[in-house]
Amino acid sequence: MTKSVSAEIPHLLVHQKVDNVGVVVVEGLTVDTDMLCCVTHDNSTFRLVAGADVPIGHKIALKDLNAGDTAIKYGEDIGRMVSDVPKGGHVHTHNCKTKRW
Amino acid sequence: MSIRSNDTVYAYRRENNRVGVRNYVIILPVDDISNAACESVANNVKGTLALPHAYGRLQFGEDLELHFRTMIGTGANPNVAAVIVIGIEPGWTNKIAEGIRQTGKPVAEFSIEQNGDFETIRAASWAAKDFVHRTTEYQREECFIRDLWISTKCGESDTTTGLGSCPTVGNMYDKLLPEGITGFFGETSEITGAEHICQKRAVNEEVGRRWYDMWKAYQDEVIFAHQTDDLSDSQPTKGNIEGGLTTIEEKALGNLEKIGRTSTYVDVLDPAESPKSGAGLYFMDSSSAAAECVTLMAAGGAVIHTFPTGQGNVVGNPIVPVIKISANPRTIRTMGEHIDVDVSGVLRREQTIDEAGDALIEMIRRTANGRNTAAEALGHREFSMTKLYRSA
Repeated sequence: MTKSVSAEIPHLLVHQKVDNVGVVVVEGLTVDTDMLCCVTHDNSTFRLVAGADVPIGHKIALKDLNAGDTAIKYGEDIGRMVSDVPKGGHVHTHNCKTKRW
Repeated sequence: MSIRSNDTVYAYRRENNRVGVRNYVIILPVDDISNAACESVANNVKGTLALPHAYGRLQFGEDLELHFRTMIGTGANPNVAAVIVIGIEPGWTNKIAEGIRQTGKPVAEFSIEQNGDFETIRAASWAAKDFVHRTTEYQREECFIRDLWISTKCGESDTTTGLGSCPTVGNMYDKLLPEGITGFFGETSEITGAEHICQKRAVNEEVGRRWYDMWKAYQDEVIFAHQTDDLSDSQPTKGNIEGGLTTIEEKALGNLEKIGRTSTYVDVLDPAESPKSGAGLYFMDSSSAAAECVTLMAAGGAVIHTFPTGQGNVVGNPIVPVIKISANPRTIRTMGEHIDVDVSGVLRREQTIDEAGDALIEMIRRTANGRNTAAEALGHREFSMTKLYRSA
């Protein structure tokens, strides 16, 4: 399970092509990192620059999101944005809320 | 590696033909005030295990039925070889003992009133010692993998559980359910946001409708009736939020990855209810709190529990081995002693979900054969009864 130093592991995983947020899967991600992003559904990759220091497990916007927009993950509605977040920005409880309770 | 129906494990075949993977003699209190006597018996007789809990007095109605079902189901679980039941009075003690006796396993019952703790402990210790001698001579025998009843519930989830450890469990179910195992999933509140998907995973529309009615009743009668805010910090928990989960919808979609891509559920069970429709996957109406949920599924008859975790839930169960699976590299690094199956390779794209599922099946096989899980080695024996409302 050891990786050669040269092989690049993804910084960000995205479930579905239609998702507008992805998940940071490395520890210590810092602002301005040129992230390798992988869509797990079809293994396609793209690059995106991190707009903030974001902890492992937290989400990053894949495009500009505005207050009122629906956050999409797993190809499904996971809540509504309550403030604007630029592409590459941190998406979490400070700007995204449940629509259910 | 591929699994075939005639794959075998070495386990204990019980009097009622169910298969267990552990061989406990338990000392089961009917009620909270019998805990002390049970613990004294377990202290006197090595190789027995007391299961103290907080309830059993002045319960009534559906809540009392759940209490009896949980007590009887725990004693009836095939991981339990023999049971000593101790209660304050003989009536409910006998009801629980008789329920467990239906399995054919050895059961002895004792009540404290008109005996006191001393006489009860003396008599129960003799019976417990006899049970230990008898059951330690039981031998493991070759049983089929399909004889196993395997439950799942995740805990301290984060976004890595939906990417790695929950799909690993789902892959296991997609492979083992067709071979004839019986499976359990549940966590009623935690399907909120994925209920439209869960309803469609029922084997037919009638079962799906019953599932939806059960889920909706919990929303209306419990959450909407008692909420004081949007449940943030409770569901999702503070740990979930620390791990990056933002809303219940996001948590639910990750949770439901545990039933894989092709599995369908055949019926909906009440809490602690045992399946009666044959092999297949069942949804048990249950709390999403780890210890409560595992306790209910164990009472329903599960003999191995698969537990995906992200941030590192440390839960175990006194009678059922809990196999922990994690994909979070920070949790593997900081809490490695709690994790049985490391699937962090999935996040690095070094391991496929198919390979991770095979690794879990191999760990299930080893656990069934007797390997102690991390939770067992660390002494995690959380036994938490679910209570529906205040006692009389």
